[in-house]
Amino acid sequence: MAEPMRIRATMAGDVADVKVLMNHPMETGLRKDAKTGQLVPAHYITDVTATVNGAKVLDAGLSGGISKNPYLGFRVKGPKKGDKVVVSWADNKGDKNSAEAIIG
Amino acid sequence: MNALRRNVLKGAAGAGTVAVAVAAGLLKPTQALADVPRSAFEAKNVGDALKNMGANAPVDSKDITIKAPDIAENGAVVPVEVTSGIAGTSAIAILAEKNATPLVADFSLMGGAEGYISTRIKMGQTSLVRAVVTAGGKSYTAAKEVKVTIGGCGG
Repeated sequence: MAEPMRIRATMAGDVADVKVLMNHPMETGLRKDAKTGQLVPAHYITDVTATVNGAKVLDAGLSGGISKNPYLGFRVKGPKKGDKVVVSWADNKGDKNSAEAIIG
Repeated sequence: MNALRRNVLKGAAGAGTVAVAVAAGLLKPTQALADVPRSAFEAKNVGDALKNMGANAPVDSKDITIKAPDIAENGAVVPVEVTSGIAGTSAIAILAEKNATPLVADFSLMGGAEGYISTRIKMGQTSLVRAVVTAGGKSYTAAKEVKVTIGGCGG
């Protein structure tokens, strides 16, 4: 289940622009399977955290209302080129994933 | 003597009300960099979602900008960008008012993170997309209508 996650982080002035693309089905639990007519069980990311050089910058709570393969963009003031960004998520079934990128 | 008895009862009732309010999430014991309780995500309407988030009666603000399409052809993927110009923004929440569970996501910002979040949400039908910003312990809000031609929640 742990498919790769993509992060791109670039400096724009003194602000780091971070873009994250996660791989996840984000099932709400309300959708019906077209063939069987059964409800597809809920399976979505509930928590996302991001750190820059080990210091937490973002702590997010998500619901099934976020689109499939979630995209997330945020900006952090202060870091420098070469600093490390780490983004991790956890879903409602206990799956976890984490990825890192160097700010360029 | 009777009066004293009345007062004691009143006092007890008062304390009870506070405890109930705390339990219901109306009053938060600590207004820390609020990690939103999961109950807020399960709320079926905007009022309850805001209540469970601890954001009572947010004030309308022109300093919040919501960038989203006027018309979304596909409700399964609606790009939403929220920018808060309010100093000390510590959290941004995004709600799609007519979704089965309106609260879509809540982002706590710290350590230099700016008042900016960009993501993609699902919308079941045409409704207001609302942003709720927390700054300095207060809540602010803004909304923008997005028309949805094909809903993205039922599949």
